[in-house]
Amino acid sequence: MSSHTPALQGNLMVHDSTYEPGIQIYNMKLGMWLFLLSEVMFFTSLLGTYVILRFAHPDHFADPGAVLNVPLTAFNTFFLICSSVTMVKAFAAIQKGDQKGLKLWLLATILIGACFVGIQAIEYGALVHEGFVPMAAKYHALGRTGVEGGPIVGGPLYGSTFYIMTGFHGLHVSIGVICLTFVLIRAMQGHYTLSDHRGVELIGLYWHFVDLVWIILFTIVYLI
Amino acid sequence: MQNWSWLLDESASTVGPHIDRLYYVILVVTGIVFFATEITLLWFIFRYRHREGRKAAYIQGSTKAEIVWTTIPAIIVLSIALASRGLWAEIKDPALVPANAMTVMLTAKQFEWNLTYPGPDDELGTGDDFTVRNRLDVPIDRPTRLEMYSEDVIHSFYIPDFRLKQDVVPGMELMMWFQPTRTGEFPIGCAELCGIGHTRMRGTLTVHTASEYQTWMNEHIQAQP
Amino acid sequence: MATTVATAGDHVAGAEHHELGFIRTYIFSTDHKMIAKQFLVASLVFLLLGGLLAGVVRWQLGFPGQPIPLIGSLFSDTTAPGGIILPEFYNSLVTMHATFMIFFAIMPLMLGVWGNYLIPLQIGAPDMAFPRLNTFSFWISIPAGLIMLAGFFVEGGHAGAGWTSYAPLSADPAFSGVYMGQILWLVSLTIVGFSSLSGAVNYITTVINMRAPGMTWFRIPLPTWALFVTSWLVLLAIPILTGGLIMLLLDQTIGTGFFAPATDGEPLLWQHIFWYFGHPEVYILILPGMGLASEVLANRSRKPVFGYHSMVVAIISIAFLGWVVWGHHMFQSGMNPLLGTSFMISTIIIAVPSAIKVFNWLGTLWRGNIHLDVPMLHALAFVSMFIIGGLSGIFMASAPVDIPIHDTYFIVAHIHYVLFGGSLFSIFAGITYWFPKMFGRMFGSKLGKVHFWITFVSYNLVFFPMHTMGLKGHIRRIYDPNQYTFLESMQPLNTLITVAAFVLISAQFIFAFNFFWSMFRGNKAVSNPWNSNTLEWALAPTPPPHGNFVGTPRVYRGPYEYSSPESIDDFLPQHLPPDRVQRPPVPRDPGFLPTGD
Repeated sequence: MSSHTPALQGNLMVHDSTYEPGIQIYNMKLGMWLFLLSEVMFFTSLLGTYVILRFAHPDHFADPGAVLNVPLTAFNTFFLICSSVTMVKAFAAIQKGDQKGLKLWLLATILIGACFVGIQAIEYGALVHEGFVPMAAKYHALGRTGVEGGPIVGGPLYGSTFYIMTGFHGLHVSIGVICLTFVLIRAMQGHYTLSDHRGVELIGLYWHFVDLVWIILFTIVYLI
Repeated sequence: MQNWSWLLDESASTVGPHIDRLYYVILVVTGIVFFATEITLLWFIFRYRHREGRKAAYIQGSTKAEIVWTTIPAIIVLSIALASRGLWAEIKDPALVPANAMTVMLTAKQFEWNLTYPGPDDELGTGDDFTVRNRLDVPIDRPTRLEMYSEDVIHSFYIPDFRLKQDVVPGMELMMWFQPTRTGEFPIGCAELCGIGHTRMRGTLTVHTASEYQTWMNEHIQAQP
Repeated sequence: MATTVATAGDHVAGAEHHELGFIRTYIFSTDHKMIAKQFLVASLVFLLLGGLLAGVVRWQLGFPGQPIPLIGSLFSDTTAPGGIILPEFYNSLVTMHATFMIFFAIMPLMLGVWGNYLIPLQIGAPDMAFPRLNTFSFWISIPAGLIMLAGFFVEGGHAGAGWTSYAPLSADPAFSGVYMGQILWLVSLTIVGFSSLSGAVNYITTVINMRAPGMTWFRIPLPTWALFVTSWLVLLAIPILTGGLIMLLLDQTIGTGFFAPATDGEPLLWQHIFWYFGHPEVYILILPGMGLASEVLANRSRKPVFGYHSMVVAIISIAFLGWVVWGHHMFQSGMNPLLGTSFMISTIIIAVPSAIKVFNWLGTLWRGNIHLDVPMLHALAFVSMFIIGGLSGIFMASAPVDIPIHDTYFIVAHIHYVLFGGSLFSIFAGITYWFPKMFGRMFGSKLGKVHFWITFVSYNLVFFPMHTMGLKGHIRRIYDPNQYTFLESMQPLNTLITVAAFVLISAQFIFAFNFFWSMFRGNKAVSNPWNSNTLEWALAPTPPPHGNFVGTPRVYRGPYEYSSPESIDDFLPQHLPPDRVQRPPVPRDPGFLPTGD
């Protein structure tokens, strides 16, 4: 919006944040909250499916530890939470006008986020190797301690639901990392100032959301 | 002009008249509302049409009117819902199926209905069962309960004259029960889009007298290998 | 998309001169008004397509097994060899008619056109909160539409499992014979979902944050209110559909097992997900139309909307209640019967706010000064047809009565009374009413009335008989009703409906012709031909320039001050400061009050 306004009639509002009536949340932030609300509904449809299928067919599912690498993913969760902390620090930095801090903490967030995706990719590889796949017909999960030719742990619904939930979450993290990179580049171009750093706040909101979704996912899928 | 009529032909099951009665209650209520509102609409268009010098009245609304036309419709529609509850349970609740109902297994598949009868031992799943395609034969003197399965996609077993219908879902065991009130042949149709042959998934429900049914049953038992 | 009345060159006095090339003005515009017009043209094309698809469906039902006349040879051997429609093609036609109408005609008309055009103008804003997101919203819908069209040309034909796409029929080509078509259907809808979603984010933000000073919540005109509430439904319901579509897509492509009974998947889960979206969706399709109709009814009656506050509350109630009724689409599905009872009660309750609205519309007409212009004819038709559609819903809301009529033509009748009788007539009302504002010319009135009457009569001939056909057991989505002996007697009726349908579809060409003819040759419009109070008419020029208003509008009153005693005119614009209102002359006899009757 702000890049658009100079072309408009000069005596009209310049910055949406000074518009009244309205709530004291500038347009982009309100827009981001609304978008995140829609994302809640999207993940609800996926998680809701998991919950329903799990109650309907408990035999398809197993003790999380039997198939999934809970310790590794627990560490990954902690890691992601750390990236939320670094994000907060990045935002706090630019709120004080600390450009260097902003860039450093953004970089930290990006690296942790990328590692999170990497670790998850590694976990996926191991799971697939053990036969834990999303294709119903090809599901033959042997579990972490299972042996070749051994009994199958769980059933196809486990694979289908696991990959769709964690996969879409991973996709959202990856998109977040890409957007964070854009924000970092703009930060390096000096785009953000003490008085206007909305882009940082917006990506921060998205990043915290992605983290929150993961905490819920991790609890439901890996702990229960 | 039968097909333009909102009046229903006589049904052929015990629940049919109850459903029809509920239908007529709703028809009368909605019919009264329909005529009242549409006539009012037409009257207003005519009465308050623009003419030279005409002015509209400056009226913002009326709280009293809002209360009246909120509560009265609410009471009417809730009554309809409450009146429907008992009948719904009677038809659909598995616990309310009459104890003396005989069971026939229905297996739906693209694009036919297969009815499996328990045979002389009165038990499904035994060697003396026999299966008939696209026809359901029942006696008039006792209720029939259908144990319903689908081999492939969702179908819907529909007997228009009985006012009954039940979707048949693969992976689920569903049920429907009925008691006929007259003998005769009644059409069966599939009421859920199930593929290319959905249109021809028809069958016939034949209601026999008790003795005719016995005859029919014996014929089929003897025909078994 | 040329508009003869100069818009690109027309600038608000005192504004910076800002030359945008042809592409930025007409192709990738960020101006909400241009984007609205783009949506308008695109959706009218899809509306026509949807209608033609229905025409082919009706041909098969009216003249079963007969070759399609005139254009029969244009069809391929896999769809209609020798012009005779195949059952699999029939299933695709039925599926695609609904899909195009719902997702590519009505939704973009309601939201893409009216949401875009009206919201900033009615609240006094220069444009949307996110103009570039708006451009994206339109342009992403085009590839989605093209992908949906492509499905007709792939091997196996287009998706044929109904617009409701029930699994497992839709999930496994072994059952449907369709593979690529179903995938394209799923991909297309996923993409168009992003179009709707971006629109919703834009509209909600704009209404919340960008109202002009003085434009309090209860001074917002009803079209914008309805569009605002509808946008919340879009925001929250579309992502649910997206989740379901992706699951179905994965079932079809890589073979996940969400809905596949063979590996314990749950077909009913698809239905729950789909209808959890699907029911809010039907309110998405009608609520904006209710707003449009309210506006036209009040203005053409020269009277305030009766019960404006109640109307707002009713819109919000419908939106809320719409989330807890989805199971009424699943009464016969094998769902737990106990759930049936609770859904029956919530469903019957939702009839109440709709009834309230109908009574308030009647109240608006009562003691009014009714001008029967083309928009008003459509708005009145909307009310009378919506009454029928709403009342027919009560039959289905009673779960036991739903047993015989579910999946019959009774349902088809209900659907079309609310979607055509309701949504489409309100859209016609909107197009003919706001046409002068959009294009600077009046919409041809004579042809407009011809179109209206032919449409109204033929439409009722098509859909009213379907109620009784359904009551007598005419199942829906069947290629050949004559397979059933008991339906053979309905063949003449089916043929009559088909003939009426052809008249109905043909009449729409009158509308299309009038639309384009009026755009270039219609009488030039004055700025506020309807003497409306709302900002888009009373304040913004016709057509509005980039930025809409000169200076910041300031609002002093509600939008429905028609025939107010405070003004000598029978309208009192929202933006007029009290000291500039021309009062009626003081009567000599203080006891005498001019009445409207």
